[in-house]
Amino acid sequence: MKVSIEVNGRPVTEEVPDRTLLVHFLRDTAGLTATNIGCDTTSCGACTVLLDGESVKSCTVLAAQADGHAVTTAEGLAGPDGALHPVQQAFREQHGLQCGFCTPGMIMASVSLLADNPKPTRDEVRAGLEGNLCRCTGYHNIVSAVIDASGQEVDR
Amino acid sequence: MIPAEFRYERVSTVDEALARLASHGDDAKVLAGGHSLLPLMKLRLAAPEYLVDIGPVDELRYVRLDGDDVVIGALSRYSDLSRDPVLLEHAPLLAHVSASVGDRQVRHRGTIGGSLVHADSAADLPAAVLASDAVLVVRGPAGERRIPAAEFFLGPFTTPLEPSELLIEVRVPRQTGLGWGFEKFTRRAIDWAMVGVAVVGGRVGLVNMGGVPLRASATEAALASGASIAEAAALAADGTNPPDEPHATAEYRRHLARVLTRRALTTA
Repeated sequence: MKVSIEVNGRPVTEEVPDRTLLVHFLRDTAGLTATNIGCDTTSCGACTVLLDGESVKSCTVLAAQADGHAVTTAEGLAGPDGALHPVQQAFREQHGLQCGFCTPGMIMASVSLLADNPKPTRDEVRAGLEGNLCRCTGYHNIVSAVIDASGQEVDR
Repeated sequence: MIPAEFRYERVSTVDEALARLASHGDDAKVLAGGHSLLPLMKLRLAAPEYLVDIGPVDELRYVRLDGDDVVIGALSRYSDLSRDPVLLEHAPLLAHVSASVGDRQVRHRGTIGGSLVHADSAADLPAAVLASDAVLVVRGPAGERRIPAAEFFLGPFTTPLEPSELLIEVRVPRQTGLGWGFEKFTRRAIDWAMVGVAVVGGRVGLVNMGGVPLRASATEAALASGASIAEAAALAADGTNPPDEPHATAEYRRHLARVLTRRALTTA
């Protein structure tokens, strides 16, 4: 079917098989490969993107379901001048990543979390990111990054 | 993993959905949030010929009071339910359980109707609607029928829904003033419960204690005849046949059911 999705503010329209998953549409059709495929079973969160501003796991959404809607991926966060989004900047400054595979999903989930809860506690960050797995960091610096991005003092 | 091929059809009203279901018969599955169905299709455990996407059917997205009932549109998502003011005031168990399903991403997509129709005994919502004494409203070519939650879960992933019927609404008696509690035990934060217990008043629903979502009838009977919480909770696993798996044996699950029932009753 013909699917038209506004990806990072840019309309992407393509004839794709009905069974195309959103994550494949983003990677293969839109050519945006920040969104990773990790577990492919709705568990790990590596494929997290924003669908109409809310975090979703794009391996468990059909491209057809996002037809006519707006999707934001990690590529869409930075400003037009290339300035990093506050969450991206905080992940860099707080060393919130090691191998980086979970990072695009982790950052999109964090952006969504902060939209709902602009000043979360460390516990609320941990609960809010329960759908994103990181096998490197032990999460500590990820939590610090989200706290930093929220404009709060990072208390280690 | 990608699903087997299917024909995708999107509808925007209940009538349109029913018309598609009537013409496709057994060959169609209804797609709501897709968080039970799409994983099954990716594993090729389900391979429908037609997928009828009811995502845009806004008339099924609501929570409101209707007399003594709280009525919930089948397409209401967990994230909507977990913060709905009407639900929080009049059926707080369902709001609380909705907030604990899966993770934030899952709750942005998954719907109450999708979970109930999927009828997985490991899911939280079926036990919660059992404890809430809910009635499920189903619409089909012959009109509407109301099915008590206690008669809705017939077997593993099996409900009385005909292929031509759609679950449209969940009706719950107002729980104002009734105590409630919900406890579940998971291996990891986002996992299905090894065992879960939902309590409203004197009713107790069990998650993952058999092939179908159950009520803890021995516990309920004991409570009704004046037993203490400890005495009633000790009977929580009576008459159940929980799955026996390497990470959670049947005996361990019976133990969990007793402990979690005691905790949930104490909270309630």
